[in-house]
Amino acid sequence: MSEPGSLVVGAILAVPAASAALLALLPDDRTSARLNISATFLTLVAALALFVERPSPGPYLIVDDLNIAFVVLNTFVGFTTSVFSGSYIAHELETGRLTPTYLRFYHAMYQTLMFAMNLALLSNNVGLMWVAVELATLTTVLMVGIYRTHAALEAAWKYFLLGSVGIALALFGTILVYLAARSVVGEGLDAMAWNVLVERAAAFDPALLNLSFVFLLLGYGTKVGLAPLHAWLPDAHAEGPTPISAVLSGLLLNVALFAVLRFKAVMSANSGALAPGPLMVSLGLLSVVFASFMLYRRHDIKRMFAYSSIEHMGIITFAFGMGGPLANFAGLLHMTLHSLTKSAIFFCVGHIAQVKGTQQMADIRGLTVSHPVLGWSLVLGVVAIVGLPPMGIFMSEFLIVTSTFAREPVLAVVLGLSLLVALGALLLRLNGLAFGEPLGSQQPATASFVPVFAHLGLVFAAGIWLPPALVTWFQHVASRLS
Amino acid sequence: MDRLALDVAHLFAGGLVLVSFMLLYQDRIFGLLNIFALHALVVSVSVAWQAYIQQAPHLYITATIALVVKAFVIPVALHRIIVRLGIHREIDPVVGIGQTMLAGIGLVALSIMVMLPIAAEAGTLVREDLAFALSVVLLGLLMMISRHNAVSQVIGFMSIENGLILAATGAKGMPLVVEISVAFSILVALIVIGVFLFRIRERFDTVDVSTLDQYRGGRP
Repeated sequence: MSEPGSLVVGAILAVPAASAALLALLPDDRTSARLNISATFLTLVAALALFVERPSPGPYLIVDDLNIAFVVLNTFVGFTTSVFSGSYIAHELETGRLTPTYLRFYHAMYQTLMFAMNLALLSNNVGLMWVAVELATLTTVLMVGIYRTHAALEAAWKYFLLGSVGIALALFGTILVYLAARSVVGEGLDAMAWNVLVERAAAFDPALLNLSFVFLLLGYGTKVGLAPLHAWLPDAHAEGPTPISAVLSGLLLNVALFAVLRFKAVMSANSGALAPGPLMVSLGLLSVVFASFMLYRRHDIKRMFAYSSIEHMGIITFAFGMGGPLANFAGLLHMTLHSLTKSAIFFCVGHIAQVKGTQQMADIRGLTVSHPVLGWSLVLGVVAIVGLPPMGIFMSEFLIVTSTFAREPVLAVVLGLSLLVALGALLLRLNGLAFGEPLGSQQPATASFVPVFAHLGLVFAAGIWLPPALVTWFQHVASRLS
Repeated sequence: MDRLALDVAHLFAGGLVLVSFMLLYQDRIFGLLNIFALHALVVSVSVAWQAYIQQAPHLYITATIALVVKAFVIPVALHRIIVRLGIHREIDPVVGIGQTMLAGIGLVALSIMVMLPIAAEAGTLVREDLAFALSVVLLGLLMMISRHNAVSQVIGFMSIENGLILAATGAKGMPLVVEISVAFSILVALIVIGVFLFRIRERFDTVDVSTLDQYRGGRP
């Protein structure tokens, strides 16, 4: 391992872990919010340093082109969310929804979650990856239930049950992968190292690999929120604190999808094994169709955007399932832009719900009149998320649909129609939320708009002009994936 | 590996499937706890046997953890919680016991039919062990979906974990990750018991999850 590179990786993991311990001990909420922000910022800097220095793969950790993209996105959104969380949490303390003790717990859990997600992305050992995803699940379960209301407890319990069943299935799949590798690679750590698995997968027993992939796809797919395994997702998003909804949608779902992608690469390297693509395409498409129709029946604003996350994770899974350089490129781009846009929307929604004191959409009207900045940010965010030009998601969705048309026209028609259905639902709701006579409290919002503007600005910029360096990078990763 | 070692390993793994069935037909909470302790005991013995025949001393640690934590600490802790909360009544299953047992038999047949041909190359010990482990996992899932009661669901989940431990130890030479994951599952179990049961008690005076289901978030 090259020395500076492993230091960088060490920092990405050690900073959140150390700050989690520190935040658990610190009683003062002002300092801890600031400490939370500085810790996520340091992690982001360390993640960016990966572009300069990268360690050679070891038995436990690996840095390659694919996970650098994920880690940088993860730490960036983690940082902006911590900025948002600072102002959000201050308000929750004022209204008494959270006590200082719970706040300490909340900050420690936030850093633990960042640690777990970074570990999952950086791990080379598939067992270690599983442990990290489990740790991430555990921390989010605790945070979803933090308000201790009737609804929050039900959501946390449901999330816990479904999440742990998914995690259990994924472990079974991981054991099967090890068994498939053992007869070729030999016993020990190498048989669980992802880079060794991919290299030598051609000689593995196809039947064992097939079975393992079914378990892994269902297991990690539960965490991605793919229909019909999505039932935990809307509740967990709606009942937890909003910064957690932003991190769940923007990051944790990506981490689970990343795990699926890792195993997809192993499957594709074996010519005798089942093609993983069609399985992912069908689960993805099912999620898109299902979620876009479900969007119409939502009354709770956070729940509605949670369904939109199911839809978008479906689109991304669909794109990666189609495979090929173009679809993979579009999938990566869509994933990045969705993370940015959806977390920006949740930042807005968090402030809106605090000002209005409700999450029911029927009680929220005329936001652009009563709170112009907040209202128009929400409008911009929704315009981006439904895929209207000139925002970046238009481009990635366009790429996915057109590249599918060339290969599977029927699927492209279904996908395109579902996108239109979702667009209709979201614009319909947005019309009620943002325009008309203002309803409810009109007091000014004490919001931090920097994270929202930063995210939406990036999404807008991506729609106008993608930096060539980024395009080359994504193209390179996409060709490696296919 | 000699024939006897194999037969004994299969005996324990098969015994675990049998105990999983016993979990399915328990209709009293305390009975359920006792059978779960037995379940953990069988896993522990089975893992210890694997440690002996594979000459893998680190598996004894896994066996000891399973024995101490799952066969003693957790059942005793749950027992005390239940007594303190005063919820020791009968479990009402969602589906009748008879249908659940039939479904369980179907699941065992399914896992044997799936596993035996696929894992044929992996060696006799692993092959049967995996088939039994998958049966235990599926029976645990069945238990989780056929009971409304939070305690039964936690026990169903822990029996799934026992099945996974059986599979992981049967896979000879699997690296240290087994221990980490076992430690994690214990953590999960403790958190569930510590946090959720108390919180649920605080709010609803019952651990029957069906009272939670009456709430429908987001719908007026």
